[in-house]
Amino acid sequence: MGLAKRIIPCLDVENGRVVKGVNFVDIRDAGDPVEIAIRYNEQGADEITFLDITASHEGRDTTVHTVEKIAEEVFIPLTVGGGIRSLQDIRTMLNAGADKVSINTAAIHNPELVREAAGRFGSQCIVVAIDAKRVADVDGRPRWEIFTHGGRKPTGIDAVAWAVRMAELGAGEILLTSMDRDGTKNGFELGVTRAITDAVEIPVIASGGVGNLDHLVDGILLGGADAVLAASIFHFGEFTVPEAKAYMAARGIEVRLQVT
Amino acid sequence: MSGVVAVIDYGMGNLHSVASALAHAGADEVLVTHDAELIHKADRVVFPGVGAIRDCMAEIRRLRCDQLLADALADRHKPVLAICVGMQALMSHSQENGGVPCLDIIPGEVRYFGNPLVDADGARLKVPHMGWNEVRQVRAHPLWQGIPDMTRFYFVHSYYVDAVDRGLVAGSVQYGVSADAALARDNLFAVQFHPEKSHTAGLRLLRNFLEWNGQC
Repeated sequence: MGLAKRIIPCLDVENGRVVKGVNFVDIRDAGDPVEIAIRYNEQGADEITFLDITASHEGRDTTVHTVEKIAEEVFIPLTVGGGIRSLQDIRTMLNAGADKVSINTAAIHNPELVREAAGRFGSQCIVVAIDAKRVADVDGRPRWEIFTHGGRKPTGIDAVAWAVRMAELGAGEILLTSMDRDGTKNGFELGVTRAITDAVEIPVIASGGVGNLDHLVDGILLGGADAVLAASIFHFGEFTVPEAKAYMAARGIEVRLQVT
Repeated sequence: MSGVVAVIDYGMGNLHSVASALAHAGADEVLVTHDAELIHKADRVVFPGVGAIRDCMAEIRRLRCDQLLADALADRHKPVLAICVGMQALMSHSQENGGVPCLDIIPGEVRYFGNPLVDADGARLKVPHMGWNEVRQVRAHPLWQGIPDMTRFYFVHSYYVDAVDRGLVAGSVQYGVSADAALARDNLFAVQFHPEKSHTAGLRLLRNFLEWNGQC
């Protein structure tokens, strides 16, 4: 027995509202991120990730307020990502109550931001998010590249090499999303998950494509991930967090079963 | 009645989580401060910490929080809880940042987890040690009251505490090595994990702290 593999529900939030909502039977407001975060906390989620897709500056003030309210009610780690571009953005979110921030595009434009942020705030709160997509094989070996703009814009950067570099610059964790799988419900892209988990010393969260509980199991046992992130299977009530944990535990994965 | 709880703020990161968890656990009043007078008058003191040890030690000394902490510990009726880097700062020395002298309140070293780090079966372990791990309650203590042995708490750290006096160890955690998860001496309780992020068990530990008279 030892460290548990983590299950992390993810909320996509725009202007203070959860996009697409959730489908819990007994929830009052399916679009309220605070109420949903409290519910996942009660279910025994190991962490919560909050992805802000708000475009406007005014909307981001709403996000800060939402993070503050969640942090007052939820006593598990909270990661906030989306639109984090500067040390000031990071400070704002940490002061609002986030435990970690996730940096994506800004790290591509300015990798030094990761080093500066880790130096200032500590590696433990700096997550680098990688959106990877499979491209043409090289010498018969699979290759994954970093894409931006929701998977539309290639960068030419090799995803595995990038993960290694981000870890060297001080990232404390990698949030790896397969853009080939995101939203498909066909399961994680296990090839890139395995390649990155083997290449770095820091923990890796697998994301993108979860459609059933076997996918979570595969992400851990085949992909080697330290944590699995999912949105829709939890939001729409297909599975609860305790159901996912019981399923994983039955397959020999160490999980934190709810202690009340 | 918990009375006033002072959370020592030496400018290293967000103490919002600690303060709101203490309030949630039933604290009458929580002050986040480095004001000597307020800390001196407080009924309980929390010494938190996040980030790199060199910067933490520099700010602790610059703001004279080392003296405030020493004064609090000298008052045997004032319970003190140190959390994460706050616990590491109590030790003699840390290997982080190329080696940093710490407060030497508890003799011992803060060591790097090592690279590569493997478990008993030879499987590779990631560093930082991040997530929910089981804490073995090495000895009974009022702060463990109502918390079953081997309950999971949330950890996030790359360096771990190794106290010289093994009699002070109140909790241990296995992660490639046996690391000190909790130390207890007189009115001081120190934890490597984050009770403020450890859900029900963490809130229970904080409630136990708020009800503790500092004796053990």
